[in-house]
Amino acid sequence: MEGSADVILYKRGLLTLAAGLLSGCAGQQSVLSPASDQARTLSWLGLLMGVICLLIYLLVVVLLGLALRRRARPAISPTGEVSGPVEGWLQRGLTIWASFVAAVLVVLAGASFVTDRILATPRGPAPLDVRVTGQQWWWRIAYRSPITGEWIETANELHLPLDRPARIELTSADVIHSFWVPGLHGKLDMIPGRANVLAVTPRKLGWLRGQCAEFCGLEHALMAFDVKVETPAEFQAWLAHQAAPAQARAGPGLALIENGACGGCHTVRGTRAKGRAGPDLTHLASRRALAAKTLSLSHGGLMGWITQPQALKPGAEMPASGLDPERTKALVAYLEALK
Amino acid sequence: MSAVPILDRAEAEARCLAAWRDAPGLWGFLTTVDHKRIAGRYVCTTMALLFMAGVLALDMRLQLAFPGMHRMGAQGYNEAFTLHGSTMLFLVSVPVMEAMAMWLVPLMLGQRNMAFPRLNAFSYWTYLGGVLMLWVPHALNVTPDLGWFQYPPLSGPGYAPGHRTDVWAQMITFTEVAALSVSVNTAVTILRMRPLGMTLAKMPLFLWAMLVASVMTILALPAVMLVTSMLIADRLVATHFFDPVAGGDVVLFQHLFWFFGHPEVYIIFVPALGFVAQIVETFSRRRVFGYIPVVLSLLTIAVLAFGLWVHHMFAVGLPKLGASFYTAASMAIALPTGLQIYCWIATLWGGRPRLTTPLLWVIGFIATFVIGGLSGVMTASAPLDLQLTDTYFIVAHLHYVLIGGALFPLFGAFCYWFPKATGRLLSERWGKVSFWLVFGGFNLGFFPMHFLGLMGMPRRIYTYGHEMGWQPLNVVALAGSVIAVGGGLIFVANACFSFKRGAPSGPNPWEASTLEWACASPPPPYNFTHSPVVDSLTPLWPPPQVLPVVTGLSLDEREVLVTSVVDAQPVHRQASAKPSIWPLVSALAVSATFVGSIFTPWALVWGTLPVAAALTAWFWPHRRLTPGARRLLGKAT
Repeated sequence: MEGSADVILYKRGLLTLAAGLLSGCAGQQSVLSPASDQARTLSWLGLLMGVICLLIYLLVVVLLGLALRRRARPAISPTGEVSGPVEGWLQRGLTIWASFVAAVLVVLAGASFVTDRILATPRGPAPLDVRVTGQQWWWRIAYRSPITGEWIETANELHLPLDRPARIELTSADVIHSFWVPGLHGKLDMIPGRANVLAVTPRKLGWLRGQCAEFCGLEHALMAFDVKVETPAEFQAWLAHQAAPAQARAGPGLALIENGACGGCHTVRGTRAKGRAGPDLTHLASRRALAAKTLSLSHGGLMGWITQPQALKPGAEMPASGLDPERTKALVAYLEALK
Repeated sequence: MSAVPILDRAEAEARCLAAWRDAPGLWGFLTTVDHKRIAGRYVCTTMALLFMAGVLALDMRLQLAFPGMHRMGAQGYNEAFTLHGSTMLFLVSVPVMEAMAMWLVPLMLGQRNMAFPRLNAFSYWTYLGGVLMLWVPHALNVTPDLGWFQYPPLSGPGYAPGHRTDVWAQMITFTEVAALSVSVNTAVTILRMRPLGMTLAKMPLFLWAMLVASVMTILALPAVMLVTSMLIADRLVATHFFDPVAGGDVVLFQHLFWFFGHPEVYIIFVPALGFVAQIVETFSRRRVFGYIPVVLSLLTIAVLAFGLWVHHMFAVGLPKLGASFYTAASMAIALPTGLQIYCWIATLWGGRPRLTTPLLWVIGFIATFVIGGLSGVMTASAPLDLQLTDTYFIVAHLHYVLIGGALFPLFGAFCYWFPKATGRLLSERWGKVSFWLVFGGFNLGFFPMHFLGLMGMPRRIYTYGHEMGWQPLNVVALAGSVIAVGGGLIFVANACFSFKRGAPSGPNPWEASTLEWACASPPPPYNFTHSPVVDSLTPLWPPPQVLPVVTGLSLDEREVLVTSVVDAQPVHRQASAKPSIWPLVSALAVSATFVGSIFTPWALVWGTLPVAAALTAWFWPHRRLTPGARRLLGKAT
């Protein structure tokens, strides 16, 4: 039947439209698509407060409209004083309004207090320890090696196992940054000389996005990172792989890193490159993005970043390599092998 | 003893004019201590800066309307938002409110000038120094680039070499010295120079609001002067207040800054409530409903405002109990604010409202500010704020509070007192057009920013990727801002045109109730020949046949009446300072000290010499006897 097909198409169209609108608001970095216990709790609090505030606003606008509508007005004495029944109602209304506002505030402050306490006491198995250090303008991320128990480093990509609380210790190596993954939790500042702890329990598989939320200098806008929530098995495999030294074959690319400028700032575990200023490159090619998500990790991205970092992210600590095209290719080939 | 001659009005006015007139030409311009001239300068300067900050805002919205836009680089954008924020907060919002007080307070008190006329002049010149301190370096490409609150260590010597941060910190010192001067002046004028009969209980709400705002200014500003001075010391002489490596604390800066920064919002907002009170009263043609609740709520706001600065710092990682305390305190301030909103609506409800342009601005204020107040309640919640702070939700919130809550009433106040200041009426038609454009454009541009914040868009980013999905709402924000700025330009054009061609207004075009409407429009240099006597909250309702006055103030000398704090009983007549060049010279000497101290600590030492010399000349006692002393000593005049 043609008619019913139309109806189905129409309904489908509406669904697509609604989904489009929702997804417009619910990206990988949206408060509105919570992926953890904490973010969900916060979104409930936000919903509660948002709805109450909306209702109060509507009430105020309706009262304002009623106050201005055309109608018979009370007599006013030449001195500006008003008496009569309306004035009496307004007096009583003041008491009612004050009590109403106070009651609403008590409810909202109470809800806020309870939420704060729920967030402070995550439940579940023993938490995973992660350290994240903010640096102008990237993220140093460290896990404990499952084999040796030592801290091993990666950068700009946070992996978390599903359903297990993570205890993320936040600090900064230079200025104040703020760690914010809206899908996991609210933001928490990374302050030099202090350590803040954020407890999150991821409940949804998939990729999320985080970004620095405290102005931290020139390239504050280009300081983002990826978060992957994966099954515990996947996570264990990933962590074991990250803990292992670099697996790329030595060659001209490695020689450039060890003998050239790269090794001064970057570490490739298992080689002589042991610099600490920049991100650890041991498993660079296992990540999705480059330079705190300024570029995607691709052949072109690596070529561009090595030859022209200051054009892509002006002010970044990374200097241009100054290598000729042949050597750049060798270097990129090595980096691409750092799976 | 000879009989006191009954004065002819014209003769009294002529004698007052002779005593209070400024010197003609440039010398008069530089030496004037007329509160109306100085306030007018203040207002014109702030409006020029408002325009420049608005252009910067449009430029930023254009940059953000397209992902990966290259209109500004990171450096350009960081400079733009720093200039925009610093200008709006330090050089526009606070000074313009103080300027309105400087212009209105003596008129509303039936006085001839403020308590310390030369301090007013000094305040303006110092403020102008602050304006130049920020904008001249901008022309020289030494623009501050770290936002309107420059947190160390980013602003410390290690991460901000050069003088960009010093320029910002010293600009604050200038403006705060200026603001303290006006606030002391305003508070003393309101407390000690009220006309006979205007007890504290019969004081118009605008004066209450200005008294509260002035006292708040006096208590809050030293904190920011202290903190920026500590920052300058860190940078200039390596004091390490904020250097964690050397045992300093970066969070201390935030505490001190916001101990000033939060009351600052109310220092801007409380005067706006004063405008609202006067406008609502006049155009409802009745007394404000709930005078006492409104006064009490102003006082409550003033106290609470000092107890909730930490809600700017929830993401710092505070102990939970502390955060809960500041959540409760921040939410509590919604109660006095909510009471005031009720009182305005109730006044309109029980009155006979006339929908003139000033009242439209007040209605726009209620409809807009309440959104900002409610989003403020949401951000007051410590846990929820972790998702909202430092995002576009806050950008929306702060603009709803500051534009909806303070600038809309200010524009209403401009329309309301324009006839008094110029003697001419504004065009109502173009006034309404500009209102609807600003009101509609503002809400169109800024409401979507709440959603941008929830969609994860942080503040202070100069660009974003296409995949973030933030573009459509940023385009809407650009469109709304363009409409609002267009409305603002129509507002200014209307003011300029009406200034030349508007219909004459007469002294009291709105049939308002307070004393400023009793003097001529525009007011003469002496405002009032005699000090009025007041017996109610609304002295001009009903319009008196003859305004009762006290005589005894000299018509030939600059004299003002000083009364007691609570009951406004006459205490004595005080000689009012004459025009002088020394406030300007003092301001120049202070400016030289401040600018020099960016480069060398020795500027503070050597700078005291010219400052001391100028102040000595300023306060040099003159040997002329006052008329009263002459009479007492039996000397001929």
